[in-house]
Amino acid sequence: MTFEPTLLARVNKPNSPKLEGYRADGGYAAFEKALKDKQPGDVVTQVKDSGLRGRGGAGFPTGLKWTFLPKDHPGPIYLCINADESEPCTYNNRILMEKDPHQVLEGIMLSCYAIKSNRAYFYIRYEYGDAYRTLQAAIDECYAAGILGKNIFGKGFDLDIFLHRGAGAYICGEETGLIESLEGKRAWPRIKPPFPAVEGAFRKPTIVNNVETMACVTQIVRRGIDWFKSMGVPPDPKNPRDAGSYGPKLYTLAGHVEKPICVEVPMGITCRDLVEKHGGGVWKGRKAKSVNPGGLSMGFLDCTAPLKGEDGKTEYDIPLDFNGPGKVGCLGLGTAAVTVIDDQTSMVDVLHNVCQFFSHESCGQCTPCREGTGWMLKITDRLRRGQGRTEDLDVLVDVADRIGIIPGTTICGLSDGAGWPVKTAIRKFRKEFEDAIRTGTKSKHAKPLAMAAH
Amino acid sequence: MPTVYVNDTPVEIGTRKLNCVQAAELGGVLVPHYCYHPGLTVVASCRMCLVEMGELKDGKVTMQPKVFPGCQTPVKDGTVIITGEYDKRKPAPALPYDPAYKPGERAKKSQADTLEGLLLNHPLDCPVCDKAGECKLQDYSYQFGRTESRLVDEKNQPPNKPDLSSKITLFTDRCILCTRCVRFTREISGTGELQVVGRGHHEEIDVFPGFPLENKLSGNVVDLCPVGALGSKDFLYTQRVWYLKTTDNVCGNCATGCSVHTDTNKDIVYRLRARENPDAQGYWMCDEGRWGYHHTHSPDRITRPLTKGADGGLRPTPWQQVQIRKLFEDAVYVTARRAVVVLSPFLTVEEAYALGTAFKKLNKELRLALGPVPVVGEDDHYPKNVKGEHVPPTKFTIRAEKCPNRLGVEAVLTKLQGEVIRFADVVREDLNAMWFAGGFPDPEAVNAALPAGWKAPAHLFVQDLFHSKLTAAATVVLPATTAFEKDGTFVNHAGLAQSFPRAVKPGPEVRGELQMAFDLGGRKGLATVAAVRKDLAKDLPQFAALTELTQPTASKKVELATV
Repeated sequence: MTFEPTLLARVNKPNSPKLEGYRADGGYAAFEKALKDKQPGDVVTQVKDSGLRGRGGAGFPTGLKWTFLPKDHPGPIYLCINADESEPCTYNNRILMEKDPHQVLEGIMLSCYAIKSNRAYFYIRYEYGDAYRTLQAAIDECYAAGILGKNIFGKGFDLDIFLHRGAGAYICGEETGLIESLEGKRAWPRIKPPFPAVEGAFRKPTIVNNVETMACVTQIVRRGIDWFKSMGVPPDPKNPRDAGSYGPKLYTLAGHVEKPICVEVPMGITCRDLVEKHGGGVWKGRKAKSVNPGGLSMGFLDCTAPLKGEDGKTEYDIPLDFNGPGKVGCLGLGTAAVTVIDDQTSMVDVLHNVCQFFSHESCGQCTPCREGTGWMLKITDRLRRGQGRTEDLDVLVDVADRIGIIPGTTICGLSDGAGWPVKTAIRKFRKEFEDAIRTGTKSKHAKPLAMAAH
Repeated sequence: MPTVYVNDTPVEIGTRKLNCVQAAELGGVLVPHYCYHPGLTVVASCRMCLVEMGELKDGKVTMQPKVFPGCQTPVKDGTVIITGEYDKRKPAPALPYDPAYKPGERAKKSQADTLEGLLLNHPLDCPVCDKAGECKLQDYSYQFGRTESRLVDEKNQPPNKPDLSSKITLFTDRCILCTRCVRFTREISGTGELQVVGRGHHEEIDVFPGFPLENKLSGNVVDLCPVGALGSKDFLYTQRVWYLKTTDNVCGNCATGCSVHTDTNKDIVYRLRARENPDAQGYWMCDEGRWGYHHTHSPDRITRPLTKGADGGLRPTPWQQVQIRKLFEDAVYVTARRAVVVLSPFLTVEEAYALGTAFKKLNKELRLALGPVPVVGEDDHYPKNVKGEHVPPTKFTIRAEKCPNRLGVEAVLTKLQGEVIRFADVVREDLNAMWFAGGFPDPEAVNAALPAGWKAPAHLFVQDLFHSKLTAAATVVLPATTAFEKDGTFVNHAGLAQSFPRAVKPGPEVRGELQMAFDLGGRKGLATVAAVRKDLAKDLPQFAALTELTQPTASKKVELATV
């Protein structure tokens, strides 16, 4: 059976970002029908029953999140769209926004109708200039066509969508950081509880959803639950906390692959299949040493480490669903941005690069993350200069283990993401690190001047 | 009764809404914290107050698998709090924990980890740091930290910012980013000068260029700073804090009557700090009061008795040769109706009462007047918005009435003569004699109270701190004492009586107002407030509580009798 992409179906079609083109492909029919025939509660139930999990990284069930809103709230209730796609090597939202903005907007309209919100804030990262302009044009078209604004389709539903351009910080992708930034403050994540669903933007109940999640909502309402559930991986019966991973997913490929592309496949494709079949294999005929399964913060796979209980398979063969990477010590699926590292790349360099990113992006609010990410950078920088000590590895693992929301030492999850690649890299490639320390190998790459200041 | 368990010890919390830090404090357990301050919002970012938490329900304890910031986590009936000092707990029967659970282990490690993080980029320049000795980073490192640093790399060395304001300097590298100062300028003063710039471990506290930290409450950020990052230029490098003796005083600069700590060494005041007192002013004090102690050690002070010589000039005279009582009796001998005694609102209740009764005893017809009450502008309420307008609710007020005890002196005057006579009314009369008990820290306030073309009485006795137009015309000038140099009681704008002890000794030739009252009234011996308070309690029962004072600094609201 060949898989037909749905989320990316209209990408690169002529006129794909235009309202005219979208309506020709049956666009906004689902929204109009929902306004006419369905109650908001019906849409919530439909999304909840579809098993849709948030595409932003944490994989929290979307419908369940919507039900956390206080019942019979007098309003206003806000929907925030998280388009601050800053996880390294992730670009699936960008493609959706630039190539098919109306699919996302329809999802926003449906979601707002479901959660009884009359106002959506679309928080887009500053660097996405094209996406910003495309979306703004699409929103303007919708207002002109009466799909946004007052009394949409004559059904008495009002909706305004505001496009808000961020100012370029990774932390703005954390949902409460995004809300703070939207309110015009420094994007320091808020302490939870209260969760945004209770008290969010401008102290009102707020739902924060990812762009891809919105596109999925459009397709679920248009094609139904059965279509959505026909793809993906059902819940693991052995894991009561697994909610299953249904539906299509956009995977982005980056790093040392022949073809770095964004592909849409059903959830649960293995890492090997993704790289070999869709990415054209590892570049220059080399072998994969390590793969980062879903954005830097998820940690690393060791492509040669055998998978327990599965003959002949290695960590390279794990399924990329919400549950898969966790089985081999990674944090989760994350943004499904698969980064391949070939066998001629030094893990010391990779780790230094990772630490540089998180040290630069730590918002600096909580002590363990602020100081921990900086310390890890200093240590890895020393390692790549060939001045490492064996005990440094233990310090790195200790620091990486103790920072984050999982041990409870920080407010947000950024430092879990900062610690995870460090501890997985050192635990899985310890020998390589020890060899580098023993021989005093220096990195072959000069430190970029821009980063030297940090 | 709702009960929480702090390191196994049951603590009853009643109906109060508490967080873990407060609940643990009730149980006598210190949960260390930096960013948490009861007067500011909670941000839970320093992560020093991490505790383990669980719940005791139906005889079973369920502990959460992670650590929680104590400042942010509320407690309810049955909450179990385990701090890092579980092994030093008070003896109490252990709760039924899971046998695999090791109480306090995670909290202890988390606290040590946080301190290790805080010390990574801290310069450890304690020998030259003013905060050393009262530094929370030192204290907690000693109590909860590791003994050795594992950092071998270079520390970050951001440049210092000595020009944060004209009064405050920032040692950027010592800062631990608790953001108390930032929150203070946003929430209490409302002026919002301070902010965090940069990200990650390159974060710094800074002001916006061209907008220095100049507001009337700015000194509080120095009190708030748990480490030596924010320093008051007034105190910088003057004293090591372990030489300082702290006395709990009351600020005498305005009618708010802030509770303060007075830090002194060898009878010199070096620093004032706000003292938490919910009945008086809360947690803060204003800069005017904080740095307004310098008059105490001013070289311009009147330090010995002066009498008018034959040439009309004032000349120092030994106390033995100044027969105060006789001189004054002679002055009012002809007619007491043309004499007046002025009691300034800078006197303590005890001084005003002792002086008032002494003069009334000398001559019943003597009138007692309230000294000039300096008023500057209007009451200044905080927080403010960017335009400088007050935004309710009020969190701090600097009063326009720049004296500490008008209400107290008025209460005494009302009792002794049934009415309060204003200085402005008596000063215009054709007086023959006047006794002016001043104590004004600013002589300009005295000068301003004298009308144009004022004619000095023939016999003018002035007891004051500084020379003014009044002392220039005086026949006898006597040295006075400042609020730091005496025991006493002030009644603030809201009728709150706060008694305070002496912080420093006055100069060797200074006899206080109380002693003057004893001398004039013919009472023998050294003047003490305890003796005066006994009499005061009989005459003014609202001050009766002062006689029972066990602590020198108890404050009590008094019902001021109005006649």
